[in-house]
This record gives sequence, C-alpha cells and structure tokens, in this order.
Amino acid sequence: MDLSQNHFELFGLPQSYALDRDMLDTAYRELQNTVHPDRFAAQPEAEQRVAMQWATQVNEAYQTLKHPVNRGVYLLKLQGIDAFDANNTKMAPAFLMQQMEWRETIEDARAAKNASALDALSDDLRATHRQIETHLAELVDTAHDFAAASEAVRQLRFMDKLIAEVGDVYEELES
Amino acid sequence: MALLQIAEPGMTTAPHQHRLAVGIDLGTTNSLVATVRSGLAVVLDDESGHSLLPSVVRYCASGDVEVGYAAQAAQNSDPHNAIASVKRFMGRGIADIDDVASLPYHFVDAPGMVQLKTAAGVKSPVEVSAEILKVLRQRAEAAMGGELVGAVITVPAYFDDAQRQATKDAAQLAGLNVLRLLNEPTAAAIAYGLDNASEGVYAVYDLGGGTFDISILKLSRGVFEVLSTNGDSALGGDDFDQRIFCWMLEQGRFAPLSAGDMRMLLTKARNAKEALTEHTDVRVTAVLSTGEMMDATLTQAVFNAMTAGLVNKTLAPTRKALRDAGLSVDEIKGVVMVGGSTRMPCIRHAVAGLFKQTPLTNLDPDKVVALGAAMQADVLAGNRAGDDWLLLDVIPLSLGLETMGGLTEKVIPRNTTIPTARAQEFTTFKDGQTAMSVHVLQGERELASDCRSLARFELRGIPPMVAGAARIRVTFQVDADGLLSVAAREQSSGVEASVQVKPSYGLADDDITRMLKDAFTYAKDDMYTRALNEQIVDAQGLIAATRAAMTEDAALLDEAETAAIEASIAALENLMAGTDHKAIKRGIEALNAATTVFAQRRMDQNVRRAMAGQKLETFG
Repeated sequence: MDLSQNHFELFGLPQSYALDRDMLDTAYRELQNTVHPDRFAAQPEAEQRVAMQWATQVNEAYQTLKHPVNRGVYLLKLQGIDAFDANNTKMAPAFLMQQMEWRETIEDARAAKNASALDALSDDLRATHRQIETHLAELVDTAHDFAAASEAVRQLRFMDKLIAEVGDVYEELES
Repeated sequence: MALLQIAEPGMTTAPHQHRLAVGIDLGTTNSLVATVRSGLAVVLDDESGHSLLPSVVRYCASGDVEVGYAAQAAQNSDPHNAIASVKRFMGRGIADIDDVASLPYHFVDAPGMVQLKTAAGVKSPVEVSAEILKVLRQRAEAAMGGELVGAVITVPAYFDDAQRQATKDAAQLAGLNVLRLLNEPTAAAIAYGLDNASEGVYAVYDLGGGTFDISILKLSRGVFEVLSTNGDSALGGDDFDQRIFCWMLEQGRFAPLSAGDMRMLLTKARNAKEALTEHTDVRVTAVLSTGEMMDATLTQAVFNAMTAGLVNKTLAPTRKALRDAGLSVDEIKGVVMVGGSTRMPCIRHAVAGLFKQTPLTNLDPDKVVALGAAMQADVLAGNRAGDDWLLLDVIPLSLGLETMGGLTEKVIPRNTTIPTARAQEFTTFKDGQTAMSVHVLQGERELASDCRSLARFELRGIPPMVAGAARIRVTFQVDADGLLSVAAREQSSGVEASVQVKPSYGLADDDITRMLKDAFTYAKDDMYTRALNEQIVDAQGLIAATRAAMTEDAALLDEAETAAIEASIAALENLMAGTDHKAIKRGIEALNAATTVFAQRRMDQNVRRAMAGQKLETFG
C-alpha cells in the first residue's frame, strides 16, 4: 500500500474542495471492486489480509472525501492546519445569532409537535449548508484563505449538529 | 433422486472443481438452506419436499433431539422442551427479553446469555440454534453429495455484535465453516436486484418472525452499497400473534393458563393471523384442558386496530434510515418486501402509504433471503470469476467506549461501511495511573449503562506520568462479517492489550471446544484423520495458489525473494509427507507470512491497473 498517496491521489481526483461526486463514486466502486476481501475469499490468507487493509483504507478515504466537513478538515490538514484547534474558535457573531434563532425554531416545533415547521426548517438548514460549501470551495480552491476556510468548516459542523437535532425531534414526534 | 456425476476416466475435475457452498437463512420461525446449481439459486427441500424447516428444537428425556415439523407438532404437549423462536434469545440476557412471563420455557439466568432448562439438561440458545443448522447441513450434504466448503449465514441487519458472534458460534458448533455473516436485507437485495437487473436506490423492508430490518441500498453497475440500516431486533410476527393471544384471553376470561394451553392458544393466534391475510374475518375457537372455552370472531378491522402500534414501530426506524441516508421517499425507486410477516395486508398498506408506491412482492418473501445468501456463498467459495457483483455493507449501531462519568464516546458511528478501522486517543485521569480499563460499547445512547456492553479489558503497565500525559490509542477494527476487535496501545512505552470482542455475551472459546467435544461422537482417531486431511487440503490449495501467483507475477519478486518463498513451499511439502496436522498448520502460517510482501505488491499492481483503466474510461 502506498502510504505517501493522499486520498485525492488514491481516487485519481484533483486536490480541491469542489468535488465531482460522480467521479468519486465511480473511482470508489472501481477500487473496492479490485481490493475488497470478497474478491480474495478463496485466496491464501496473506492476500486476504492485504485485501482487508486496502478495503479499510479505501472506505476511510471515501468517507473522508464524501463528507463535506471531513473533506474540509482533511484538505486543511494537508496544509498543516487543524480546523478544530482549541485555540482557534473564531466564529462570526451573525452566524452565532442565526444559530440561536434556529435552535429556538427547533424548540418551538418540538413543543408544538409541528412536523411541517420542521420540514421547512430542514430545507433552510440544507440550503445554508450548501451555501457554506460553495463558499468553502472558493476559499480553499481559489482564494487559498485557509484561516477563513477553517471558520467555514466549523460553521459546517455546527450545521450538521443542528440537522442531527432536527432528526432527533422528528424521531421524538414519530414515537 | 439426485444423479451422481461421474468423470471420464483419466480426467479430473481438479482445476475448476465446483466447491459446495450454501446459503442459510436461520430464521426466528423457519429456516432454509439454498445453493447455486448450474448458475441458478435453488432452495433445497427435505426428503418430504418441504423447503421450510420450522425453527423448533425439542429435547427429549431420552436424549433424542427433534428439529422441525416433529418438534413443532410437540409444542402443545411438551411446551417446556420444544423450543421455538430461539433466535430471539441469541446474545441476550434475561433482562433483555420482555415477555419472559408469557413464554412456556424454564429460563436460567446465566452470565452473558440466558439459558434454557430442558429434559436433556440446560441448553444455551447457541446450542439450540446449532441443532437447526446441523439439520440444514445434513440436508445440503445429502442433496449435493459431498462435504460443504462453507456457508453464508444470514443475520438481521440490526443484530449487534453479541448476536452476530452468537450466530457464528452456533455455526461453528454445527461444524459449518462460515464464509460470511450476511445481513438479511442485503441478501434479499442480491436475489432481487440480480433477478431484475435493477439500478437506483431501493428500500428493503424485512419483517420476520422476531426481527425487523430496514435497509436503504444503492444498486449501481453490480455494486450493492448499503447507505443506511435500522430496525428492531425484538419485533416481528410473534408480537402480532401475542396481540391476538391477549385478545383471546379477554374473550375467554380464562383462569391462569397451563403451559400447554398457553402454547395451544399461541398456535391458534398465529393461525388466525394467517387467515386474516386472505379473509376479512376469522372465527377463533378454543377448548382448554380445563374445559374452559372461547368462540369469537376476529375481524381484520379489530386486528388492524390492535396491531397499529406494532406497525408504527416499524415505520419510525424506516424514516430514520431514510434520514440517515439523506434521502426523501421520492428518491426511492422501489421497496422490496421480505419476511413472511410482510404478507399481512396492514403491513403492505402502511409501507405503501409511507413510500407512496406499491411495494414489490414478486419474489417469495420466505425464500428470497436464503437465495441471496446462496448466491453470495457461490462467489465466496470461488465458483465464479468474482467480478459479477460486490456488496458494501454497514454496521447498524455505533461502536464506542465508556469514558469518565459513565458516558459513551463513539469511535465508529452507525452506518459506516465495513470493513473499517478507526483509532481514537485517550489519556489518564490520575497522576501516576498505570492501568486503564477499556469498556467497549454498542448503541446510540449517551449513557454507557444504556448501551450494550460488548467487552471489558485492561491495559496495564502504563509508565507512571502526570494525569493527561499518557497517550493511549484505542483502535477498533470491524471485519467484513461486522465483527469487532479492539486493541489499545500506550504510545510512548508501546504497552499493548487487545481483545477479539466476545466475552460479555458470546461464548468463550473454551465453551465452544467443550460443546464440540460433546457434540461430535467421532472416535479420537477419526478426529485426528479428519484434522490431518483438512490441513493437507488447505496446504495443497495454498501451494497451488502461491505457485500460480508466482508464475503470473514473477517480475514482482527478485531472486532472493523467489528463493525464500520456494524454501517455505518445500518446507511445507516436507511436513505434508508426515502425519502431524499441527506442524502442517504451522507450515501454512509460515508460507502465508513469507508471501505477505508479495501479496501487497500484487495488490498495488491490481490497483494501478484498475485506476489506469478508470482514467481511460472517464476521459474516453
């Protein structure tokens, strides 16, 4: 296994935040088709072990690149930057205000058992998520502003947490 | 009658010999075995033409064990010893089973897994399941005329590590080589998807006798990628029977029931449920051993009303699986129904309502899982070129560790594609702390006490340091069966500890060895001959595969490396001439070790070739 190869190189993709998801998926399937342990089930144990290591690595790389936050964290790490460094928690006040409003909306929807309010909120959250992703692609790929990119990655993680909370409320309303 | 194949004199079938492999659906209510014959998956029937084997095992005082229809027929007369739905007890403690009071068995609260007291002694659910598997194995070997290379055994996708491990232990006890534990909805998807050459995102809704699974899969160019899975490993057709049973008690106003009457009413309840699949009402009558009677009509409307809560209990996990996959119902191309319980009109109606489409029911919901498992067994046994399709499955429940304050720290989140490995660093809490207890958990809850405890082990010999200075790296590895192993290592000193996750709920290896000894009546010499033959066959296979690889990729080895592998082969061949099966096993391990670097280089080459083809395809 070539450990000097980064995840983008592994899939033959350009090292950028903007991602051609179809190319990633196709390359992932092609790689797993080659390295998956099922391909070596009737082969000697040495080959099975290597297959297991490769399949694990390919899964890890795919999960990293596929996920908007993980991809951002990984790209910044390749630049030597830790997006979640405890000493770097800068966040625009307007974004934090918006977070608080969304949280109130979630609480209201929970209290009123209002599923359609949750649906509307979900759409909003996903739209904002996509906007931040687009912005992050500009910051990383064009502007090379990695400090601002770190903040955008942290914002994305906030959004993921909110979306997960909405999921929890759906679950509560459904049970 | 099966026809035996006879080879032409002087010809051997050696190079492309068909290796006998089966798929087994080890169900709560019924079990099946299937195989691939001439490229077609078929369920194997018993000598009376039955394909289903009722998952009922009866232990007689004489020591005889009955499995299937005979045991099922004895349920009313011998309720304590005829064990049904044992799958519900696999990997479970007594506290996990809600309806202990309304079951006719004598439960024994054993550490780890609950046990059952029978006329033939105390039995673990693993032993009971092994009896079912043994019958299916014999059925397959009789039908196929030879010893099996291995089996793919299906498990509910929502089974946790303890339940999976228990299933694997049962197979081992039945003398089956487990090629793979395969999730039931995924098995169904193979049978269904390959049959229909489908592409797109599908939901598999699998309601069996005792378990419920929902899996969302993406089918694309032969790859079955599970996007998410959810379910309830204690919800199934049995619960619907239980509701009718309660209704019968209300109707009859009976005095406390004997175990035999209880079993009889449960059987009547199930018959009533099945009748309601075809009819809008059913007359239910019963006469107890006490002379008490009931006679009432159950309408579909009443049945639907009293089971609406159960139906809803399947819809919540379904919605959750959709959310986890990041999909809306409009994006689901089809919904495949699996499991006998999906025959109920109320289920079909609810699923159609949720997904806004008519669910697909064109494959027999009782057989589709076994058929898919047989197809996968055929691939894993090496009977196909192997490039027909690929399964990418996920773990159903998050895996983590207990941290300070009894909280759960997730290490691998649910719905992560397997195989997978993840490492996390932890540190010491006290100055001079030299040991750390590692408690491995599975589940979604924040409190460790609300999650399932999979294993505990200790890392000792950490050099004394100030609190927070030690760096302990805990690595979780989940293999393609979905089974977990955990290792911990202190980074500065290199102190290590690891476990194959087993102890808390599975059986220890010693237990398995003891039970195997109990189960097999082989004379000692037979055991020895069998072991020796197995090792020789393995060694021959390994040498042949190694030689083939060396011919194919001679360029990847220099002279010294080639010589080293040749030396290992020669050493193994030398051992094969002897009669020490343990020595041969060591020789096999040595040859495997000697070819590790070669295997890595071959894989690197495969990957380079695959990705080169990939680029041409993309730009071509």
